[in-house]
Amino acid sequence: MSEFLQQFLNGLALGAIYALIALGYTMVYGVLRFINFAHSDIFMVGAFAAYYFSNWFGRFLPPSSVLGATIITLASMAACALLGVVIEKLAYRPLRDRSKLNVLITAIGVSLFLEYAGQLWFGADPKTFRLLPSQNVHVGDLVLNSNQLIVFGMTLILLLALRFIVMHTRIGTAMRAVSFNHQAAALMGINIDSIISFTFALGSALAAAGGILYAMNYPAIDPLMGVLPGLKAFVAAVLGGIGNIPGAALGGVLLGLVESFVRGSRFSTYADAIAFAILILILLFRPAGILGKRVVEKV
Amino acid sequence: MKRPKTLLALSLALCALVSWAVSFAGRSGHPVNAYFLYVAYDVGISIILAVSLNLINGYTGQFSLGHAGFMAAGAYTAGVLSTHLGPRLIPLLGGDSPFAHSIVFLTALLVGGLAAALTGLLVGVPSLRLKGDYLAIVTLGFGEIIRVILQNTPAVGGSRGYSVAMGYTNLFWTYGFAMITIYVVMAMVHSTYGRGFLAVHDDEVAAEAMGINTTRYKVTAFVTGAFFAGIGGGLYAHSKQFLNPSGFDFIKSIEIVVMVILGGMGNTAGVVLAAIVLTLLPEVLRPIAGYRMVIYSLLLIILMLTCPQGLFASIGSGLRRLLRRKTGVSTSPSTHG
Repeated sequence: MSEFLQQFLNGLALGAIYALIALGYTMVYGVLRFINFAHSDIFMVGAFAAYYFSNWFGRFLPPSSVLGATIITLASMAACALLGVVIEKLAYRPLRDRSKLNVLITAIGVSLFLEYAGQLWFGADPKTFRLLPSQNVHVGDLVLNSNQLIVFGMTLILLLALRFIVMHTRIGTAMRAVSFNHQAAALMGINIDSIISFTFALGSALAAAGGILYAMNYPAIDPLMGVLPGLKAFVAAVLGGIGNIPGAALGGVLLGLVESFVRGSRFSTYADAIAFAILILILLFRPAGILGKRVVEKV
Repeated sequence: MKRPKTLLALSLALCALVSWAVSFAGRSGHPVNAYFLYVAYDVGISIILAVSLNLINGYTGQFSLGHAGFMAAGAYTAGVLSTHLGPRLIPLLGGDSPFAHSIVFLTALLVGGLAAALTGLLVGVPSLRLKGDYLAIVTLGFGEIIRVILQNTPAVGGSRGYSVAMGYTNLFWTYGFAMITIYVVMAMVHSTYGRGFLAVHDDEVAAEAMGINTTRYKVTAFVTGAFFAGIGGGLYAHSKQFLNPSGFDFIKSIEIVVMVILGGMGNTAGVVLAAIVLTLLPEVLRPIAGYRMVIYSLLLIILMLTCPQGLFASIGSGLRRLLRRKTGVSTSPSTHG
């Protein structure tokens, strides 16, 4: 029983990180209807940004403190938000009226660029990531890592903040309007370009947070660290119903739990395949995802 | 192409001739540089992979990101067959002769192709319900699943990799199969039957309304494309003589997709050119090893932004326009580049 609970907790922590990445996929899909393949690499850049920030101005900040870690995290999130906006402006905006395939390939190109440029600039060797010292907390038979607790807390805060932005602010309302219908939103006086930029900024900041949290729990970072979590987070977004924000969070947590239980079983080496198997099953039997609505194709 | 079958026969004969010349040079003490030979195999295999993917992605308009998975299925099947069954089959075929070895290789390749076609059938079925991005992700997922399964199969070495005993691949088989792939894809697409692929590509709903069995066309495209990817994989297995599951990850699939995009979707000549250029490019860029993949990815982005129809499509239409101006012959007004 305690092993079950332990795997459950580990899965929840992993799922929280998947959820943070999945939100970025789902929001961009909501407004632009395409898969931003580069999102998983922004996740990686987020972890590296925190690594370098803590090396650079770690001296000026109280080391290994919650305050220092918060500042570094916020700075990395801001840097990634900027990166996301720049990528959208340079690579995706000129292609907005072109076929989706072209945008998809461009996104793959951006993703490859970030990975290979990362190997060149950051080095291909894994680096040790230490933002906060981790302590184990024992609750009965269960071992809780302090970093896991941070993952839960931070994910919860970010999800609530996102929900507030999307549901209760003007710009969030504009985002929802754009995701319904570009043209109608534009006619209502919404500046589509700035909303799309904002969506990218928001999604990229969340990916950066996810990257930092991931690096705190699996403390070796390398330029290709984003590839598999990114793909799985995308699966999570589809699982929950792509374009649907609560769905992405739900999908992330579910996927994290499943993966954690598979890793704890004797099929552990198949853990990387399980996400895709789930994806295929979901798309075969409920293509709209758990919380998504079915869209009828009209001619 | 006025007489495609004659052309095919001629090019096959040419392949045989060149291949014989190379092996003759090797025997008479002037061997062709092995590096160039292996690069030539890589180019041929790339052509097979890109042209077969073009049937799925270019002509039929289904976005598959799992071609490396099909390739892996073919490579492992062919490699295991020739390594394990080869030594038993050769005595039955009259002992150690070039003929017996060719039969073993051909059988291995074809069975590898069939194994890949079977996986293609498995992937083709979900493709009936999905399109665009979703299909891309599902095919990517299938490719990754094949890779993980291979990694967990001790019989083929698991993640340690698998050594293929015989280096059967030569210029004749590589380019012979490349020609056959091109011929089959072209013949299929340009036949009355094959117009259905283009119809599915242009507008699925309209095609269905016209009475075209879109499901069947999509599955046919997947199975045929996968078959040739499997052949390509078999050639790869017997050229490198070592297979590792991580060599068939989705980066490999993306490489093949890039060839198709760069060549221009549904433009076989362009895709062949792109396969050649993109296989040679990393070799040429080898001196600046660290930067080559950065350059490669940047080129990809710039290309998509500047000529989304594919580089060679743009060059092709530019040339046509130039020729038209020079000769002063105006083609029908409806022609657009």
